[in-house]
Amino acid sequence: MSANKESWGSRVGLILAMAGNAVGLGNFLRFPVQAVQNGGGAFIIPYLVCFLVMGIPLLWIEWSMGRFGGRFGNHSTPYILDTMGKHRLWKYIGVFGIWTNIAVAAYYCYIESWTLSYVVHSVLGTFNGMDQEGVAAFFNTYVSIGESTLGIPLEAVVFYVICLLLNTWILSQGLAGGVERVAKVGMPLLILFGMFLAYKGFTITAGEDGAINDSSVGLNYLWTPDYTQLWSPTVWLAAAGQIFFTLSVGMGTIHCYASYVRSKDDIALNAMSAGWMNEFVEVVLGASILIPISIGYLGIDRVTELVQSGGLGLAFKTLPFLFTQWGEVLGAVAGVMWFGLLFFAGITSSLAMGTPWMGFLQDEFNWKRKSAAWSFGLIVLVLGMPTVLFFHYGVFDEYDYWAGTVSLVVFALFESILFAWVFGIDKGWREIMSGSDIKVPGIYKFIIKFVTPLLLLFVFIGALITPKGNDWGAALSGNWELDDSSIIKKLMNTSLHRQIAEATDPAVLEHLQETLFFVNASRILLVAVFLSIAALVYMAYKKRVREGKI
Amino acid sequence: MNTSALVIMLVTMFMVTGLTVYFFYRVLNAPPKPEPDSYLDNDDEPGRQPMA
Repeated sequence: MSANKESWGSRVGLILAMAGNAVGLGNFLRFPVQAVQNGGGAFIIPYLVCFLVMGIPLLWIEWSMGRFGGRFGNHSTPYILDTMGKHRLWKYIGVFGIWTNIAVAAYYCYIESWTLSYVVHSVLGTFNGMDQEGVAAFFNTYVSIGESTLGIPLEAVVFYVICLLLNTWILSQGLAGGVERVAKVGMPLLILFGMFLAYKGFTITAGEDGAINDSSVGLNYLWTPDYTQLWSPTVWLAAAGQIFFTLSVGMGTIHCYASYVRSKDDIALNAMSAGWMNEFVEVVLGASILIPISIGYLGIDRVTELVQSGGLGLAFKTLPFLFTQWGEVLGAVAGVMWFGLLFFAGITSSLAMGTPWMGFLQDEFNWKRKSAAWSFGLIVLVLGMPTVLFFHYGVFDEYDYWAGTVSLVVFALFESILFAWVFGIDKGWREIMSGSDIKVPGIYKFIIKFVTPLLLLFVFIGALITPKGNDWGAALSGNWELDDSSIIKKLMNTSLHRQIAEATDPAVLEHLQETLFFVNASRILLVAVFLSIAALVYMAYKKRVREGKI
Repeated sequence: MNTSALVIMLVTMFMVTGLTVYFFYRVLNAPPKPEPDSYLDNDDEPGRQPMA
């Protein structure tokens, strides 16, 4: 009999935990950058369309798959998928739902530890008196495991371990006593901090506290629509990708959380509530902080240059400097709020990543909750240390690309096909509607069966064979040269090989060759972890056969 | 702000905020299901225990 006796404390707690799972660093760092790079205000149109035809259907699919699997005592994707499809291979597809979480947690907890560390540094006033280059240099030193301003040797490693211990301890307290309790505190605080910073983002005045622009300049930059971009497949792919990553679909965490919901209880309204809560944090709060504040102090040209390297750089290398412009006290408060909200966004997601592995061990091998939680912490520590120690050698990026990007699309594509075509849309629809507190529009039956899988296929193929420079016009007219960012070229390390061939400085060449080694080693490690989990799934299958469960 | 940016920003923000509040309100006001349900918080309420 399974040792898994978990339960949610309350419905609101479940929704906050689900919203916390979805709300992550990407809401504040990825969304505004994507919007700026893909048509400004016009980006919101494909973004919301993708939310309606891909995001919401996937939320319903995952909630109902989880609740269906939970009815048979399954709380992780291998055997949730196994209950829905007769073919034995489905449980191995379900391995993605554990593997992704372990691999993503390994590097995600590292970013989370930066936020924790930056909260401490904001309180201590580390950034006071630094110029922007000084703040950027501080970050680079920090991730190089170099000097420590706190006097702690290997400061980045120490914060990473603290962060992991915190995650593991909370997980060991269970769903209601740990995960839900953190969500009930973390989500309201996150929204409160976000509203304060959004207020600051809306009220910057040129000439005050060193600002060179009013808020309206940044808001114009972000929201002015360029409708010509709506005809670009790249913009639609970016919108679909953003919806995908912001909702944490294709990971297996939603299945796991929903597997503790009984059949007669609602999932349709719960999914909508959690999904729209995530959208509020992303579109309303996320859009009102990073870009308006950065442009207020740095100007459009500088921010345009900075967004090319993504939101992480702006968040950690730029904002701490900008906050110091507001004076020592308000700067420290803003720093604590900004990194505090990123920390809460991060921890509510990383906690979710631990639950599928724990559910699997509890269901299949009768592990106790605490042992399962600590085993998760240990595996993440081992898998995560290379991302900490070899950050500058591309290990972090490899984990993010394969586990945090490609794997999600692949798994979501499989699960949408399983739900709509193998399990059957009629049975699937009954699952969605069972116990529902809202009437789901009938059009979604068609969308779930046809539109969502096709859109996912479109996203996957778009990533697999991305044309050079994202020029789909040239590609479709016959000149289809692959971009270095396509999955195929990534797999072949084309960009890295080119850089090695072009390098003339021996130090740069050596660094690139070491990067190539670590990139390949990371992939081998990730494949090894996937195969190990698949082997455990096979052992669980044999155990079930021995016990007469199959 | 220019008009087109202001319009699209306000429409988006009000729509997203409105729908978030609406669905959360629906959750808070949904009639509770009889016990045993999925949640621990109301397990001690005598009126919601399963029928013998």
